[in-house]
Amino acid sequence: MAMLYLLPALAVFGVFMFWPLVKSIIISMQGTDIIGRPGGFVGLEHYRHMFSDPAFAKVIGVTAGFTLLTVLPSILIALAIALLLQERIRGLRFFRSAFALPFAFSVATASVIFGVLYNPASGVINGLLSYVGIGPFGWLTDPDMALISVSLATVWMQLGYNLLILSAGLGAMPEDVLEAARLDGATGLRLQRSVVIPLITPQLFFLIVTGTIHSLQSFGQIYILTKGGPENNTTTLVYSIYEQAFAYNNSNFGYASAQAMVLLLVVLVITAVQFGVLERRVFYR
Amino acid sequence: MTTTAAQTPRTDRPAHRRRHSRGVGRGAGPLTYVGITVLFLIVLFPVYYGIIGSFMNTQDTNSYPPALWPKHGIHPQNYSNALDIVPLGRQYLNSIMQTAAITIGQVLTSVLAAYAFVFLPLRARNFWFGVFLATMMIPYESIIIPNYLFVTGLGLSDTIAGLALPFLASGFGTFLLRQSFLAFPTELRDAARVDGAGHLRFLWSILTPLSKPTLAALSIYCALSAWNQYFWPLLITTRSEHQTIQIGIGQLQSSDTQDPGMVLAGVVLALLPTLLLVVFGQRFIVRGLTAGAVK
Repeated sequence: MAMLYLLPALAVFGVFMFWPLVKSIIISMQGTDIIGRPGGFVGLEHYRHMFSDPAFAKVIGVTAGFTLLTVLPSILIALAIALLLQERIRGLRFFRSAFALPFAFSVATASVIFGVLYNPASGVINGLLSYVGIGPFGWLTDPDMALISVSLATVWMQLGYNLLILSAGLGAMPEDVLEAARLDGATGLRLQRSVVIPLITPQLFFLIVTGTIHSLQSFGQIYILTKGGPENNTTTLVYSIYEQAFAYNNSNFGYASAQAMVLLLVVLVITAVQFGVLERRVFYR
Repeated sequence: MTTTAAQTPRTDRPAHRRRHSRGVGRGAGPLTYVGITVLFLIVLFPVYYGIIGSFMNTQDTNSYPPALWPKHGIHPQNYSNALDIVPLGRQYLNSIMQTAAITIGQVLTSVLAAYAFVFLPLRARNFWFGVFLATMMIPYESIIIPNYLFVTGLGLSDTIAGLALPFLASGFGTFLLRQSFLAFPTELRDAARVDGAGHLRFLWSILTPLSKPTLAALSIYCALSAWNQYFWPLLITTRSEHQTIQIGIGQLQSSDTQDPGMVLAGVVLALLPTLLLVVFGQRFIVRGLTAGAVK
């Protein structure tokens, strides 16, 4: 009888997760027929093509760059804010609520705002920089800058969530430990580095792992801001999957699925590392 | 494990601060104020400009150097212009229906599954629970192609069903509720059984009312992620009157970049529900999200 209670969820998982997983593997070994549906067995052809395709090598490079430029910067800025908000400052309540606001933004709403700010002609960022005599920059059109600009917007999008998690961790800090450290003469940065940071390693580690997975899955900001360009410099793995399968009526489902399997593998490895490391290396009290 | 994050009691804060002040006996230095103010100005600028900009006309938004506040008056007509170009009202409704369907579906299937895991005799319990946990490790984008082919093959593109169906169950939701149910006092369960309450009766009239905080946190978490979805709604809808508001504002941006004020008005409209949620429901959001850090 218990199975009856599991059935609704299991049915959804079966139809929309586990079967598609099998199907993805199958499609990654198929070509595309004339009406744009997957068909015809091609074996490992897509994989062979993928690993010899310089365009795909570039996709992996861009994905790695995007991850590096988003995950740690966003966590570090959030950590700085979270630590400052632990101080006894006037207007603390106001600052706390204000810094939570970015969290209300979806990828789409934040991306559109950043698109307006980045606008080379009328954008506020170039405008403000003109006061100090820098620029103007083609934030999203300059091949050297586009990835940085999209990453910057993504850092902002992640900030709210990181801040929530870190603030919760800092708020749950055992007061007696802090007290003891202070009595031993630890203050300021020394207190932060030797006592506070080690105590929130679980939260930091959690954010690094989830942040990395989240970054790997990013799509909306690239679609809205750059469409993968200029010169494919912002074409990440997920965007590449989209482009191969869905953009310009490509219907290259087989090749896109092979790339999707790479994404799946990377995320699975990161998750495995999370479970492996989490148990041993991270400080729990 | 790290239940620390999830159980952060809000009421802790004042006491915490009081003790803090007694322990060190000094306020924050000027550097702290400089740091927090600089970060505040940078981080909150997009929020400020997004809202203020939505009331500025092109004279202000397209001037150089740019206006940082409406110098040429307030222009609420940006909002009606945005509504004229893209059927945002209709898309709003689509977003609400999609969000409601996903949230209700996910909470319902999760409650039932979590109930089975905690209160019912189940063969191979660990195996099935492992299956549920496994779903949390599969990145959705890696299986989006077969799902797209399947759902469009059923003729469900441009429908609420197509938008919601793949998301009607959640490993995370089941996990969260299971944790909450495990903490349920067994005496209450036994008392209900003695009184002759069957499983469904117990589930509906005793367990769920007493699990309200967790259910609220889960619902808010579900609703936020459903409302903010982008990739799937982009694929599964083709005509603007069937699209969600998130897709709509993307279209608004590509349709007319000459009038940023109008584009920003669309953004503010799409933002309103989540903004209100963050301002007034922060307590629940924190609980729902930090619960994710407990894994």
